[in-house]
Amino acid sequence: MPFATRGFSGRRGQADTRVPPGQTMVEKWPVLSAGPTPQVETRDWELTVQDETGTDHRWSWDELHALGVEDITVDIHCVTHWSKLGMAWRGVSLDKILANVRSEHRYVMAHSYGGYTTNLPLEDLLDGKAWIATEAEGEPLDPEHGGPARLLVPHLYFWKSAKWVRGLTMMPDNDPGFWEQYGYHLYGDPWKEQRYR
Amino acid sequence: MPNHLDGNALAGVLSDVFTMDVTAARGRCGSCGRTAPVAEAMVYPDAPGLVARCASCDHVLVVVVTAGERLVLSLAGLDAIDLRV
Amino acid sequence: MRSTWHSATIVETRAETPHSVRMTLAVPTWPGSEPGSHLDVRLTAPDGYQASRSYSVASSSPWGHVVLAIDELPDGEVSPFLVNEARPGDTLEVHGPLGSYFVWRPGQNDRPVQLIAGGSGVVPLYAMAVAHDLAEDTTPFQLLYSVRTPADAFFAAELTELAGPSFQVTHVYTRQAPTGWPGTVGRLTRDTLAASTIPPSERPRVYVCGSTGFAETVATWLLDLGHSTTDILTERFGGL
Repeated sequence: MPFATRGFSGRRGQADTRVPPGQTMVEKWPVLSAGPTPQVETRDWELTVQDETGTDHRWSWDELHALGVEDITVDIHCVTHWSKLGMAWRGVSLDKILANVRSEHRYVMAHSYGGYTTNLPLEDLLDGKAWIATEAEGEPLDPEHGGPARLLVPHLYFWKSAKWVRGLTMMPDNDPGFWEQYGYHLYGDPWKEQRYR
Repeated sequence: MPNHLDGNALAGVLSDVFTMDVTAARGRCGSCGRTAPVAEAMVYPDAPGLVARCASCDHVLVVVVTAGERLVLSLAGLDAIDLRV
Repeated sequence: MRSTWHSATIVETRAETPHSVRMTLAVPTWPGSEPGSHLDVRLTAPDGYQASRSYSVASSSPWGHVVLAIDELPDGEVSPFLVNEARPGDTLEVHGPLGSYFVWRPGQNDRPVQLIAGGSGVVPLYAMAVAHDLAEDTTPFQLLYSVRTPADAFFAAELTELAGPSFQVTHVYTRQAPTGWPGTVGRLTRDTLAASTIPPSERPRVYVCGSTGFAETVATWLLDLGHSTTDILTERFGGL
């Protein structure tokens, strides 16, 4: 690339060994959205998990919290090249949510209010790796950041942490979600820089 | 603060693909049937790609992703595009 | 992918307002542009990182100079560089002209034209007013221009100069008006819009350009006032 504009470096943070390749650190939490922000009241919010028998397992806001809320501190890596380190979250582990869901299927499609979808392997949601998050940085999750509740899967690029999550559907094959249909990686490991397929 | 622009913002990337200006064309929404210039769609630029939605029903009309060396373009949400030739 | 980007060299920069720059680019391969169209500016860092944003063309001529007027978005990535850092001799790339929806062509038809701008949204409308003047087009043109203060007005001297029998300019000052200003100071209202624009009975083509909030508010009021949706053309800006 011979061409460069003198003095231009871009609005990028510092690169650092604590962030994966191609990422720079940010202090301010960027808002990314591919559509209007759904406004969902917690009294109307519901999480539905559907298995292959078509059985729906449902949790209201209060039922979700009754499973037990935990504190989580993790680094977040967005495919648009920013990372935010040491973010404090609160949420409910998916181990608790999926404890009584029996499924032979190995993959999950996460569904959101507003229609967004993203696919994940079931095993990436288990063993303390994923949560339904309802608070970030000491505050209830703002709607623009996915509130009242979003999926939190911090070991994968952040598009997998579906904002406004409303449901998980077990599926036999690794069908692509919204961004995955348009060229983004089916798995999305930031340390392997799995951005695109 | 509103976080969308409009279909005028698609002109650059679509001009890499099409010989004619698609933003001035009338497109029919595959969901609600609204027919309007593509320039009047709502475009969400702060995302892993550009997403254009119907101004009436929010149905996704166009998605553009620059995936490394590839450009991925979906027009699946549009039933038809009416271009002046 | 085939390259559609033109190399451009900055030949002049000057403060347009306290937070914006008027920038003249030499673009030897530029094909010219229609009034109201825009271009993408692309900046490349030494390590290959690129960022691009769209800007309306204020004026241009084929194989010659392209004039832009760029407002600084405080959290922006491209505009703070262009407003505060870029200087004559610097090189960048442009892609365009782009967009044939938000354009006005002389002799297109004889319906009157109402232009409505918020802040730097006046840039493409200024291009239309210049084209209207150069073509000696007698189609009635009006501009309603909302700015915070007189110092924030883009192309203030040029617009005053262009004003005449077939081009009227009305200002709305949202924070501070010039000394002796007879009107009120404050945000544009539906009543002011109704009183200072061409009425729907005359079937004007209405071009609205401003921030997303401005453009959507104005477009909604225009529909309320009885303008037809197909007569209202909007262009929003605000991407960082």
